[in-house]
Amino acid sequence: MLSPEERQEIEAEFGNYPDKRALTIDAMKIVQKHRGWVSDDALKDISEILGVPVSELDSVATFYNLIYRKPVGRHVILVCDSISCWVMGYDRLRDHLTSRLGIKMGETTADGRFTLLPIVCLGTCDHAPAMMVDEDLHRDLDTEKVDSILEQYK
Amino acid sequence: MEKVLTKDVPADGSALDIKRYELAGGYQGVRKALKMAPKEVIDVVKQSGLRGRGGAGFPTGMKWSFVPTGADAPHPKYLCCNADEMEPGTFKDRLLMEATPHQLIEGMICAAHAIEADVAYIFLRGEYILSAERLRKALAEAYEHNYLGKNILGSGVNLEMHLHMSGGRYMCGEETGLLNALEGKRANPRTKPPFPQISGLFGKPTIVQNVETLCNVHHIINKGPEWFKGLSKSEDGGTKLYGASGKVKRPGLWELPMGTTVREILEEHAGGMKEGLRFRGLLPGGASTDFLVEEHLDLKMDFTDVQKAGSRMGTGTMIVMDDRTCPVGFVKNLEHFFAQESCGWCTPCWSGLSWAEKMLQSIEDGQGQEADLDRLSYICRMTAPGHTFCALAPGAAEPLQSALKYFREDFERHIHEKRCPWR
Repeated sequence: MLSPEERQEIEAEFGNYPDKRALTIDAMKIVQKHRGWVSDDALKDISEILGVPVSELDSVATFYNLIYRKPVGRHVILVCDSISCWVMGYDRLRDHLTSRLGIKMGETTADGRFTLLPIVCLGTCDHAPAMMVDEDLHRDLDTEKVDSILEQYK
Repeated sequence: MEKVLTKDVPADGSALDIKRYELAGGYQGVRKALKMAPKEVIDVVKQSGLRGRGGAGFPTGMKWSFVPTGADAPHPKYLCCNADEMEPGTFKDRLLMEATPHQLIEGMICAAHAIEADVAYIFLRGEYILSAERLRKALAEAYEHNYLGKNILGSGVNLEMHLHMSGGRYMCGEETGLLNALEGKRANPRTKPPFPQISGLFGKPTIVQNVETLCNVHHIINKGPEWFKGLSKSEDGGTKLYGASGKVKRPGLWELPMGTTVREILEEHAGGMKEGLRFRGLLPGGASTDFLVEEHLDLKMDFTDVQKAGSRMGTGTMIVMDDRTCPVGFVKNLEHFFAQESCGWCTPCWSGLSWAEKMLQSIEDGQGQEADLDRLSYICRMTAPGHTFCALAPGAAEPLQSALKYFREDFERHIHEKRCPWR
């Protein structure tokens, strides 16, 4: 069941669009903000509120790269793998992160602390390489800087 | 030289709030525009020669003139700001939204008035958290001061403006893909015609414009089309946000006269290549533009001149390639991006681009064959404009086809030596 807060936040968006079916992405992002990811049960609840079939919600969810249909760790690391970051040392950054965390891209650490994902260009190319941890952008990275950044997220 | 869009960007990295924005002359353009007839606004923008800054360079005033107007026009009409800055190597709209959110809102109000739009959406990248925070605050301030809402400043004009955070996909930057995303669907492109100006968001007349384009509108209304043309060093009017990333001495973003040469941006503003590195080539305006090389450096960075060299100015933020970076690896990174971001709607794109990526990977791994180069050229031909639903695949072909032309010997070395010489 959706929590009262989740329901309220979704309904607060109704006035922004002429058709509440337009809220699929917003609704899934609201649920994800509260729970970290969007489960099958959450899809069913959203389907009832918006009048959009579950199958269509799932097709929308899997199209967008910021909606997670699997559980993620407490913190999500998004490492930019696009061209300017690649030129400025993405490969080394990725190798450092995967070996330090002991996971591959797309995996979550055993203690549930971090999920590591690639992301497309973060639009901060003059400060490459870059990554985001949750909602924070980190730029001009090197391996030492990455180590101290990770310490901030428990 | 005169700065327009970045003149009031606070040096401390903060956002200009409504008080400071108004003190700097903000919202005068709206006051002036609301006293003009919508058609007059369109005419002024037409005369200015403003062209879309999202990459395609379509004349802005002309685009607006296709929207049905008058008593019989369907309503609500929509204005959408494309703030989905996802073109790799592009980082210009972020600055405008983070530093001067009211500038965007003001430009949007003027544009909305020109097409008699009732509702406006800012379609923002999901990752642009700081932009979202600052735009939300600015929108609230603009409503408070009656620049938005009902009967704006007593003019009788109404406009609602909302912020939509994207779920994240490169396809959302494509005009009709963006409209599908705003309707809560997968961001597949739509068949044109009908064009969005006639039947766009929720089937109603809609204009989609890039952030930087919209930020210019009220300045043009304030100071006139002749002033705007005079800012430029080329036939395309205005200033342009130019950027450089890669191994240059000073990567960054600069507002310069439209038509500043590639060489001036690269050597004076970006400081040239880092110590010990040699310039090989650059993509002038994001991942989906053809390479320019040494012989092109004296070209003007504008829509007309760059096209003469077989490329496009695109977003105007260049990605520089040095001699210690492998051209095959460089292009492989780009094609990985395009193959991944293809929406899968049409075959040349989803099939051709993933095929290209695999071939480039095998060449990089020393398993390429001579015939692969012909096969890559074949994919470029098959993804040319006219063969696909939207511009994603033709854009993906641009860096590939030009790399095969300018860096062919590097591809051949990989194949003959059966390894990547840069590894």
